[in-house]
Amino acid sequence: MKSLTLGIVISALVLVMAAISFVWTPYDHEVMDIPNKLQPPGGPHWFGTDHFGRDLFSMTMVGARTSIAVALVAVGIGMTIGVPLGLTAAARKGSWLDELIMRGNDLVFAFPSLVIAILITAVFGAGAVNAIIAIGIFNIPVFARITRGAALSLWEREFILAARVAGKSSARISAEHILPNVTNLLIVQGTIQFSLGILAEAALSYVGLGAQPPTASWGRMLADSQTMISFAPHMAIFPGMAILLTVLGLNLMGDGLRDLFDPKLRRSGR
Amino acid sequence: MLRYALKRLISLVISLIVASMVIFAVIEVIPGDPATLILGVNARPDTLAALRAEMGLDQPMILRYFDWAGGMLRGDMGQSYTYKTPVSGMVADRVWVSLPLAIYALVLSTLIAFPAGIYAASRRGSIGDVGIMGATQLGVAVPNFWFAMIMVLIFAIKLRWFPSGGFPGWDKGFWISMKALTLPAIALALPQAAILARVMRSSLLDMLGEDFMRTARAKGLTRRQALWRHAVRNALIPVLTIIGLQFAFLLAGGIIIEKVFFLPGLGRLIFQSISARDLIVVESVVMLLVFVVIVVNFAVDLAYGAVDPRLRTRT
Repeated sequence: MKSLTLGIVISALVLVMAAISFVWTPYDHEVMDIPNKLQPPGGPHWFGTDHFGRDLFSMTMVGARTSIAVALVAVGIGMTIGVPLGLTAAARKGSWLDELIMRGNDLVFAFPSLVIAILITAVFGAGAVNAIIAIGIFNIPVFARITRGAALSLWEREFILAARVAGKSSARISAEHILPNVTNLLIVQGTIQFSLGILAEAALSYVGLGAQPPTASWGRMLADSQTMISFAPHMAIFPGMAILLTVLGLNLMGDGLRDLFDPKLRRSGR
Repeated sequence: MLRYALKRLISLVISLIVASMVIFAVIEVIPGDPATLILGVNARPDTLAALRAEMGLDQPMILRYFDWAGGMLRGDMGQSYTYKTPVSGMVADRVWVSLPLAIYALVLSTLIAFPAGIYAASRRGSIGDVGIMGATQLGVAVPNFWFAMIMVLIFAIKLRWFPSGGFPGWDKGFWISMKALTLPAIALALPQAAILARVMRSSLLDMLGEDFMRTARAKGLTRRQALWRHAVRNALIPVLTIIGLQFAFLLAGGIIIEKVFFLPGLGRLIFQSISARDLIVVESVVMLLVFVVIVVNFAVDLAYGAVDPRLRTRT
């Protein structure tokens, strides 16, 4: 239970920071102030300034927005496409459609996701939208597989049988009975994919294929800091800590939610 | 078993064919004409046409696909547009950085994860277990390229124990090259070690609850003997699978770490080729990475099926 609380607190903190950045940041994150470049943390600039004199705290706040937006939409893509695929595959278990969906899943799984994400963003142009698509594609099989697995065991249950006897179509059963019963599982997996999405976005931005200037992003802040790390380590430390904290918070929340939804796991202490 | 292997083999071949088609198709829509890029926008149309013909760009797409895919099968990856050298040669040079890096990272990850996971499981609930599990949470959450930068700051810039980047080449000596790969390998290994330690712990905990463990204790083995002789051995099956999958991940995931340390590996080659619009290099290197990942997955599947017959009937 402790991990759930801690996870929620950390995630909420990041979320609130991102939300506040829409109405207020200590400084304008895009305004350069060369005379005040590379200021150390503390003083008027809490996290210091970068090589253009931009306020790092404001940039970190706005960067949270980018990371959350990219990862969230990528999870949305994965769920919107993956869940119906999983439900369909389970409803038509053993049919050619099930086989096609699952083999398609295996194929996407087999690709090294980062390499393909780099390929997609490189080909279609670097930017947040293409990063979302690249990360989202790899979320589809994750949700399809987990939905199918959970749905298959539900199809054996009596209440589904009752619904079939009542004459409901399999599509309706999937929507009305199966889907509500896999929601918990999807929330847990969604949290985990969300945190993976944050890491993937950071990696893509770091190599210059994610959100483009002047949009602030944690990954690009790290890329900017790399050549200056020997004399301005604060430029690398804060955005990195922001990524670490966000991902940690989401992972703790995911673990906590899984325990909450599945009391069996809680007792065995995994 | 044979049926299972055959089924896996067919799916391996289909995966490879579809993968090659996807990669080729994606690369084909890349904006920018390589011939124009090489000769510049002021090039004369007839010179452009001649270069396009020389590069085979005037051929229909389907022909170019078979040309490329057939060449890959024979180990001929075509010729780089920008460097005018065979791609296979360029790849061969880079592989000697990327492959040792992946192996080094895999060894490190295993060396960290095994003791950590076994210790945590055997002392479940203790401070040591909680500490290790907390550390793995951090390890999973840390972006490895950031961890790499922090290590450069501490161990290369402040303490000067390791070089901050670059690679001297194996001909300059084994140890000096290994030294250059050490920080990158640690950065790459850390998140994997965290995952592996968690799998090791959880798999071992499963085994510790099994009946055969009680039997082992009942016939007089000490806790430690029963742990090492029976539990650890059986717990290794899922762990080995993860190690197999991790190798593929480390090879492909190394491309970001290579960028942090300016290592002349496959990752650098991909990024350089992307900015130079050197399509043939990009598609060949990506295909090579995908090939390795798919084949390693296949081998893991096969090995897993061999040790656990239940999996052969899995749908």
